[in-house]
Parts: sequence; structure tokens; C-alpha cells
Amino acid sequence: MTERSRKRLFAVSGTVLFGLFSYAALNLPAWGDYRGPYGNFISNLAVYERHATDTVNAINYDYRGFDTLGEEFILFTAVVGVMMLLRRERGTRTKPLSQSGKLQDQPTLGVAVRATNIPAMILTIIFGFYIGLHGQLTPGGGFQAGVILASALFFIYLAENTDAFQRLTSHTAVEVIESVGAGAYALIGLAPLCFGLPLLTNALPLGKTGDIFSSGNIALISATVGVEVTAAFLLVMYTYLQEIITGEIPDD
Amino acid sequence: MHQLFQHLPYFVAAWLFCCGLYGLITSRDLVHSVMCLAVLQSSTYVLLLAIGFRKGGAAPIFADWLSPGQLTVDPVVQALMLTDVVVEAVVVALLLAMVVKAHEKAGCTSPDDLRTMRQ
Repeated sequence: MTERSRKRLFAVSGTVLFGLFSYAALNLPAWGDYRGPYGNFISNLAVYERHATDTVNAINYDYRGFDTLGEEFILFTAVVGVMMLLRRERGTRTKPLSQSGKLQDQPTLGVAVRATNIPAMILTIIFGFYIGLHGQLTPGGGFQAGVILASALFFIYLAENTDAFQRLTSHTAVEVIESVGAGAYALIGLAPLCFGLPLLTNALPLGKTGDIFSSGNIALISATVGVEVTAAFLLVMYTYLQEIITGEIPDD
Repeated sequence: MHQLFQHLPYFVAAWLFCCGLYGLITSRDLVHSVMCLAVLQSSTYVLLLAIGFRKGGAAPIFADWLSPGQLTVDPVVQALMLTDVVVEAVVVALLLAMVVKAHEKAGCTSPDDLRTMRQ
């Protein structure tokens, strides 16, 4: 199909889609006039039932905990997929290390930049822990904390070079940490089954509302998710950097 | 017209969706395609947040100034959106890895050239 015929097809089907969508959307309740009952139920119950003030996280890690377990394994599988796709196959020509641009990779950054990077990294790590540990109280939680913590380690890559980043994020260790993070969530979910309770039943004391050690399982699951997401992002970054440095040479 | 403005966020979502779709079908580079897919998916964020919004509703974070029972926006769709964001991020990572592999095998990243090479 040529580009012109593709565009023509898009124009036709896009118009039809837009017409149908407009018909559907105009029959929805007006914006700001939402009538679904579940949001109200959970908003009213989460603080009493789970002692969690951030309702969104109460839903994610408790009321919809089973879905989040699935979501976490989507993350896990996708990272495994990235690593499998970019693995070295035997007998392929790869870029030689001397040419791979250790020279290109060498930073020309000034001392000032490298000196500011360390405090920036420490601040980011502290911020990541803060976001992760307060997930049940304020906006935040495991997923967000994981991304922040992983980006803290990218400061090393920015200030130094790929070599330093790869030395610091030992591949095996990160892989183990990722698996532990994913497995811990599954175990927390499965453990209540041994006592004849439903999956993901809250086992920990709920604590005082507004306290950092409150809301039982939510805080714990959020922490395991944080560990998993940090490791997952580091693994993806590691794999891509490995690809840039010693990637395969494309066949001409 | 008044009714259109009452449903404006839904049309913003549809517009974003169509922008992503248009980019996807006219794409000349696989990396560009992946980014278009990300744009296309971001329409679901707008749609989900628009559905859960309530006039005068506060964010569903309870504190001293907001006690349970007061009007909040719907937290369920917000939780769904969080799932959406995470899944999009990893799907983009996976697709980009496929693009790298396609470039290694074919030496190009244009969808049209990839097709002619197979023939």
C-alpha cells in the first residue's frame, strides 16, 4: 500500500471513527458530572478499613492488589524480553572494544559538574525513599519511588561514563534484586492462602492513621514494588548501554 | 456548542488518539512509530482522568482538611491510569529493543524498506 492510499484510508476511517466517537461521547454524562458509585465507596471506606490516607494507593496495593500483581509481572516480563532481544548471539560480529568508543564515551565534563552530581544523586536517593515510604499517606508509592531511585543512579552515568555505571550496577545483583522484588509481592499475596484466608489478605497491624508505619500490607507491598521497579529500570538501562558499547554490527 | 464544551476532554482524548494514529500510519522510521504509539496511548490518560473528574471534587488524599465522606474525584480511574503509565513505559522499552534488533538484521529502521527487503 502506498503512502497516499494509506492516508486516504485513514481519512475515511478516521472520519467514521470520529463520528461514532462524538455520538458516544455526547451521550456520556457531562464532564465533572461523574456518577460511578465505586469511587465514593472506596473514598469513604479506605481510611477506616485500611488506615491509608492516599486512596489511589489503597486501591492499587490492596483493593485491586491482584491486578497490580499482574501489572508487576508485565513489567518483569517486558524487562526479561528486552534482555533476551538484546542478548549476544554466538557467532555475531560485535563492535571491537577499542573502536567502541571508550574515547567517545569519555566525558569532557568539568570538575564542577561532576562535583554537583554527587549531592544531586544523594538528594534524589533521599527523595526516592521519601516518596516510596509515604505512599500510603501522600501521593507516591512503589512505582514512582522505583523510577526516582533508578534515575538517581543515572547520575553516575552522566558524571562519569558507561564503564563506571556498569561497574556500580553489577548485572547479577540487579537481576537477583528484581526477582526478589517481584517474588516478594507474590509471596505476600500467597501467604494468607496457607491459613485458609483469601489472596492478599492484610496480615500486618494497621497502625495509627497518618503514621508512616500504618496501613499494613499497603506499605509493605509498595516497598517490594519499589525494589522491583528500581531494578527493572536499571536492567533496561544497563542492557541498552551494553548494546551501544558492544552491539552487533548490522549486516550490509 | 454548549454541549460540545461540556464534553471537551473526551474530544481532546479522541484528538490525541487520532494524532498518534496518523503519525503511526505515515511513519518512515520505526523509532518514530514507537513514539507515535506512546502519543496514541496517552489519549487514554486524558480519557480516564476526564471520566473520573467531579466538579468541586478534591484529590482523594485525606488529611486534616479533608475527611472521608467529602466530595473527591474518583480514585478508581486514577489507580487505573497509574497502571496504564507503567505498562506504557515498559512496552516502549520492549518495542525499542525490537527496533534495535530490526536495525541489526536489516540495516535500516524504515518500515517501508524493511518490507521491500523481505521480498
